[in-house]
Amino acid sequence: MTDTTANAHFFQHEEGHGHHDAHHKPGFFSRWFLSTNHKDIGTLYLIFAITAGIIGGAISGMMRAELAHPGIQYLPAMAHFFHEPAGNDAALHFWNVMVTAHGLIMVFFMVMPAMIGGFGNWFVPIMIGAPDMAFPRMNNVSFWLIVPSFTLLLGSLFVSGGTANGAGTGWTLYAPLSTSGSAGPSVDMVILSLHLAGASSILGAINFITTIFNMRAPGMTLHKMPLFAWSVLVTAFLLLLALPVLAAAITMLLTDRNFGTTFFDASGGGDPILYQHLFWFFGHPEVYIMILPGFGMISHIIATFSKKPVFGYLGMAYAMVAIGVVGFVVWAHHMYTTGLDVNTKMYFTAATMVIAVPTGIKIFSWIATMWGGSIDFRVPMVWALGFIFMFTVGGVTGVVLANGGIDNYFQDTYYVVAHFHYVLSLGAVFSLFAGFYYWFPKMSGKMYSELLGHLHFWIFFIGVNMLFFPMHFLGAQGMPRRYPDYPDAFAKWNGVASHGYEVMAVGMMIFFVNVIYTFAAGKKAPANPWGEGATTLEWTLPSPPPYHQFETLPRID
Amino acid sequence: MSVSRNLRTGLIAGAVACSMVGVGFAAVPLYRIFCQKTGFGGTARIEEGAKAPGSTGRIVTVRFDANVSPALGWRFEPEQKTERVAIGARQLAFFNATNLTDKPVTGSAAFNISPDQSAQYFVKVQCFCFTQQTLQPGETQRMPVVFYIDPQFLKDRDDQGVSEITLSYTFYPVDQKPSDS
Repeated sequence: MTDTTANAHFFQHEEGHGHHDAHHKPGFFSRWFLSTNHKDIGTLYLIFAITAGIIGGAISGMMRAELAHPGIQYLPAMAHFFHEPAGNDAALHFWNVMVTAHGLIMVFFMVMPAMIGGFGNWFVPIMIGAPDMAFPRMNNVSFWLIVPSFTLLLGSLFVSGGTANGAGTGWTLYAPLSTSGSAGPSVDMVILSLHLAGASSILGAINFITTIFNMRAPGMTLHKMPLFAWSVLVTAFLLLLALPVLAAAITMLLTDRNFGTTFFDASGGGDPILYQHLFWFFGHPEVYIMILPGFGMISHIIATFSKKPVFGYLGMAYAMVAIGVVGFVVWAHHMYTTGLDVNTKMYFTAATMVIAVPTGIKIFSWIATMWGGSIDFRVPMVWALGFIFMFTVGGVTGVVLANGGIDNYFQDTYYVVAHFHYVLSLGAVFSLFAGFYYWFPKMSGKMYSELLGHLHFWIFFIGVNMLFFPMHFLGAQGMPRRYPDYPDAFAKWNGVASHGYEVMAVGMMIFFVNVIYTFAAGKKAPANPWGEGATTLEWTLPSPPPYHQFETLPRID
Repeated sequence: MSVSRNLRTGLIAGAVACSMVGVGFAAVPLYRIFCQKTGFGGTARIEEGAKAPGSTGRIVTVRFDANVSPALGWRFEPEQKTERVAIGARQLAFFNATNLTDKPVTGSAAFNISPDQSAQYFVKVQCFCFTQQTLQPGETQRMPVVFYIDPQFLKDRDDQGVSEITLSYTFYPVDQKPSDS
């Protein structure tokens, strides 16, 4: 991390002048519905992401309840709510609907809005010393596109998706299941929902790129820019290059479904495999879109609580660039079993493993940052350490799965589910909580309960490991994903996993209690609650920051 | 930080996003060309009217596989399930298709080679699958395909263990969406 050495007194001074309109806030409706303020939009995004996370998390709870024991227990009753009368087919279809909704909600409506829309909007302008985003009105459009998008997705649960209500295609929307296999408007609604979410993210990406390139404070070169801003910059480029390809692919799905084209239909000369190529050309960068901002946050937190600048700043920044670049040329490792020849598999195996190099640079640089540091185990730090542990476990299974040969055995088993939940549900989510506990005092102006934060961490950490680690065993033993039932042989570890969900849910309760406690009884947060290790510009502003910051731009030495 | 500079950067970024949509759609013809050039995904080589280079004396088994879309009321079978073919020699094979419905029906056949690494050496000179076929009610037609196996097949390391190549056809109905049922 570069030491920005901004003079805190300099900004406090601005506050003193009554004639500045730093505290002039518009009324409730125009502030929250017509907002052009990056901090308010960031707050809206965070509230949205938490709401979506509750829904997506509840769906996974419904799935874990069904999977707790062999046989079908609760599925017909759950399906009955969405579709009457709920026959056996409707119940099984509802399982696919839950799998689809959980995936789409967590990817597009929880992780992405929280990482990029929430923390990105809140802290990128402040960290680079900008008064706001480059296009504040477009920022507002970005947020208000994601709301109807989510509404469309939720609405799709209540209309026909073929066998029964809801889209049961999986988040990947593979043709032909998503075309000829799912009659009814549900899948169309999901496709349009993704169009809106994609448009929202592309507008957001344009906004971030412009802001970061053009609006850095005087003296802040790209090579002095905080790593979180770097991570959002790389993420914005990935969004800009990957999402339009998804938009094209799902537009083709839409025309295949409704207008008689045959892009993915062999009967008209199309090829369903082409959809998979297009989807994963988007889908693989998408997984880095979800984790890169987390990398940025973790770098700040580790440096802050080790009271050292981050080890190998430039290496950290360019490792993210390298991950972003290589992330575009490894997509077919999601498709090893579609009939790729040996040479193609060899290339994609090797290219995928290459990603472990920049990722390893980051992990080792975090450890080197801590090495010899004066480590302070505050709540954000324990979450960051949890992130490093979890992400490394997920990274190791990722290297296993990168092998085209091994993938013949592991593809579509719970091993894959364990892998991507370790890097996303535990990696991305742990970094989100780390970032939340790091910046929540800054955003709210109040301190949360340190005790509840630690309690949340330990219970959540134990819960998610109980939940996802047994899935490695289940997958290695051949349990396929996306089924509501399994043979008795898998009962034990599935039972453990479902109990892990319960433990995790208790951890989440503590989180919400902590948030309520903070607003109700939290102590006032100082401008910098973390001490000398916190060197980025947001800690030079009061907590919460003024409605408009940096009317005089900070100058970076 | 001027507005016009921001607008310029924003418009460039927007243009990049728009061109990536174009790349997404361009992937459709590019993928087709890529498959045709490399035999990717079991795409056979089509060289209409080409002359076979002549037999090399080496033999490979060709298996014929015929399928009909459920939406098409036809019976469709190869005259022979397998044939031992001299590599490099021109070969003729026949398929029989019968319209089991009481209406004239038009179909067209999609085709594929397995294993994938042999597809680029499977050269189709003439085939009923190049055009649409119409069968009158109850009519049976004998449909020919002329092909040869490119002798380069013998030199490809990936094809060393291949002793049987499958040519697979699937007939789909034309002018109606086959799979909306």
